[in-house]
Amino acid sequence: MKLKNSRLMLTIAFAFILTACGPVVEEESITAVGSSALQPLVEAAGEQYGAENVGKFINVQGGGSGTGLSQIAADAVEIGNSDIFAEEKDGIDASKLVDHRVAVVGITPIVTPGTGVTDVSIEELQKIFTGKITNWSELGGKDLPITVLNRASGSGTRATFEQWVLEEGQNSIITQEQESSGTVRQIVANTPGTISYVAFSYVNDDVEALTINGVEPTDENVKTNEWLIWSYEHMYTHGEPTGLTKEFIDYIMSDDIQATLIGALGYIPTSQMEVERDVEGNTVPVE
Amino acid sequence: MEEIQAKLLGNSKKGRLEKLGKTVSFICIAIIVFVVVSILYFVTSKGLSTFFTDGVSFWGFLTGSVWSPGNVGENGQPLVGALPMITGSFLVTLLSAVLATPFAIGAAIFMTEISPSTGKKVLQPVVELLVGIPSVVYGFIGLTVVVPVVRSVFGGTGFGILSSTFVLFVMILPTVTSMAVDALNSVPRYYREASLAMGATRWQTIYKVVLRSAMPGLLTAVVFGMARAFGEALAVQMVIGNAALMPTSLVTPASTLTSILTMSMGNTVMGTLENNVLWSLALILMIMALFFNILTRWIGKKGAMK
Repeated sequence: MKLKNSRLMLTIAFAFILTACGPVVEEESITAVGSSALQPLVEAAGEQYGAENVGKFINVQGGGSGTGLSQIAADAVEIGNSDIFAEEKDGIDASKLVDHRVAVVGITPIVTPGTGVTDVSIEELQKIFTGKITNWSELGGKDLPITVLNRASGSGTRATFEQWVLEEGQNSIITQEQESSGTVRQIVANTPGTISYVAFSYVNDDVEALTINGVEPTDENVKTNEWLIWSYEHMYTHGEPTGLTKEFIDYIMSDDIQATLIGALGYIPTSQMEVERDVEGNTVPVE
Repeated sequence: MEEIQAKLLGNSKKGRLEKLGKTVSFICIAIIVFVVVSILYFVTSKGLSTFFTDGVSFWGFLTGSVWSPGNVGENGQPLVGALPMITGSFLVTLLSAVLATPFAIGAAIFMTEISPSTGKKVLQPVVELLVGIPSVVYGFIGLTVVVPVVRSVFGGTGFGILSSTFVLFVMILPTVTSMAVDALNSVPRYYREASLAMGATRWQTIYKVVLRSAMPGLLTAVVFGMARAFGEALAVQMVIGNAALMPTSLVTPASTLTSILTMSMGNTVMGTLENNVLWSLALILMIMALFFNILTRWIGKKGAMK
């Protein structure tokens, strides 16, 4: 009797498993992996896209720009998200990858409120992050030691910040590192005298964004390239996109999404940029 | 007669069932062994490729104190000294074990010897609850409560070995406590009775008889706690500061093997040196886990009561 019961249970269980696996409706799905800075946008767009197109799913995963680039280079996923150009990452064969610049993010230095410093020059930032300036009083602020907080090495935000603040071949001092922008903001907000950097969308009232040479970190200044520290958000595909991948990227690039979602999530639409930048950092005005 | 013989020796229904059971459990074991062996092989081969493929010297990796993968030092070797992380890992492990042991053993004595009923009703559920709290919660509390307290009491930024020690102390306390309770409970009742009968006080009985004979079990409990502290990643990463520097004091930012590992994973590309050295760190972690395992077995064997 017992045996019969357990057999019955097994049959039922198998029946459930089988139905779960079986084809119900025609579904299509693609996977986008990578940059945690770009993840919120792709997730929101993917959700909206899935709601408008029944049976089409966009799976979005984080993991970091390195993961995104290596997965797409290995052709293991459909879309690889990255904050940096594929050419900048060691060990990536960028020749087969097609770049789709879906948005732009500005990155700003942030400090704990109450340092007495609100404006710095690029040279001063450079000296702070290489350990040559160690007290806010040297910049005309309070007598308070400077604590430098970095993102993890290899993070897209850090790569962009260091590209525009540090000189070629210069390295930041070895110091505290955090994995995510959210944690960075929280630590900066609570630890007196701390300086770090985050994307514009992470700036809130708990931290103070610094101006650089008097230029405010605003979207407008990024569009005109007056604010130099910004980067593209890339969605890479292995070869020219086809099928659902193409549809989804076209969807993100569409005027509708560029005009609504991208701005709402704190990114800057690529189409509004007045300048264009290449891998080497050369900037040319857009006609 | 022959019929009975055939029935007894042949495949009966029960016999078939037993065979089926055996096969199923063998397959399960085989899968587990296969998975474990593959993991060991994968981590080892990946971890060793730092030394064989990228040509990093093994000694330089263990004793170097500059961690900056991707950059090359003056001698042409990549800057991948893991000593700061190794030191950090051992320091937080030892300190938290030292801090947790007296509390855990004290609680265990209370729960088994002094007031078993309160122990069962109140302490046991509390300890079990503590075991079930996810490490990210401990880390979050560490970040918002422990770090500011350490900063205002001991100075510095608050991030560092001291904060991690406090967080790990709370995390390993339940593990060590519940294992210590088991160790004390397994001391035979007649040991206590004999001791009391000979005129020993309760304290003398606890101190000289119960703790002595439970020693191997208590040591195993501490080693298990250390193993957990050594492998903890998330909570430590949130409060230690993650600066790959040799710790100069308990309140300066430091790092552990696990914190550097989880921080850098997503930003490296498979097959590059930056990725391979992370596997080497993972290899050290795995070897340490094995070491802790062997240590507990050895203690169990050595200390078994004869």
